[in-house]
Amino acid sequence: MAYSEKVLDHYENPRNVGSFGKEEEGVATGMVGAPACGDVMKLQIKVGKDGVIEDAKFKTYGCGSAIASSSLVTEWVKGKTLDQALDIKNTQIAEELALPPVKIHCSILAEDAIKAAVADYKKKHEA
Amino acid sequence: MSIDLTQDYFALFGLPRRYALDEGALEAAWHELQGRVHPDRHAHLSDFEKRRSMQWATRVNEGFRVLRKPLARAQYLLELAGVDAALETNTAMSPEFLMEQMEWREAVEEAREAAEVSELEDLHRRLLGHAREVRGHLAAQLDEHQDYEAAADTVRRLMFIEKLQQEIDEALLALEN
Repeated sequence: MAYSEKVLDHYENPRNVGSFGKEEEGVATGMVGAPACGDVMKLQIKVGKDGVIEDAKFKTYGCGSAIASSSLVTEWVKGKTLDQALDIKNTQIAEELALPPVKIHCSILAEDAIKAAVADYKKKHEA
Repeated sequence: MSIDLTQDYFALFGLPRRYALDEGALEAAWHELQGRVHPDRHAHLSDFEKRRSMQWATRVNEGFRVLRKPLARAQYLLELAGVDAALETNTAMSPEFLMEQMEWREAVEEAREAAEVSELEDLHRRLLGHAREVRGHLAAQLDEHQDYEAAADTVRRLMFIEKLQQEIDEALLALEN
């Protein structure tokens, strides 16, 4: 199966790979996994005092489409509020990367990773 | 000889509908059925009968394929119980489990990059032990407690473990060459 150029670009030059330090302020983590292919994805967001996502990092073990999907969303969430980040839909990711139907679950994984990271942030910062 | 295409695979092979399986009995039943339905045995028959015999042979082989592999057998039991394991869409595994998976994958990646064969072999051994333990849980959930929701979660976990096993095998193979 041929990957689209955008997938290849993110796969070969993934943006924002890595992790934030545990002690860093405003960091939240979303962990998700896709049983069908065994992919594991960790997405971290760093949220400023104004509630805007300043930075994001990811680490993904999976196929090229999974890596590209997570790389793309780290770019997309930057500068967004948490609610705006939650508006990112897997269909947008799939469309941007021209994912074939068998790889749609990779974009679902990336969308769910954002949701999990935002939920983690809200859990840490409520109360 | 005819077989009932509406029967489930356990009934087809005359085996109890359980996760724990007598592999010898499955193999013997498969050979026996295959011998009876194999299209070559029906060369003298009409086209219709040949086609039907082909259909039976396919059903028998597909059933054997599903029942032989523990994970496929577990998925099939869930299917028979009407429980969707949602392998494509359920991404919300426990964070602890996923973190553990991440750590395994990192360890494999590091060992692979450092060409540490003995480390990979050690990971392989540890993972085998872990997989055996998880399959033990699965057997209890399916056969003793009929807790299919819990079993579905365990099946999802085993999918990751199998993938990991595959990664380690590939790393070892790559280092051997």
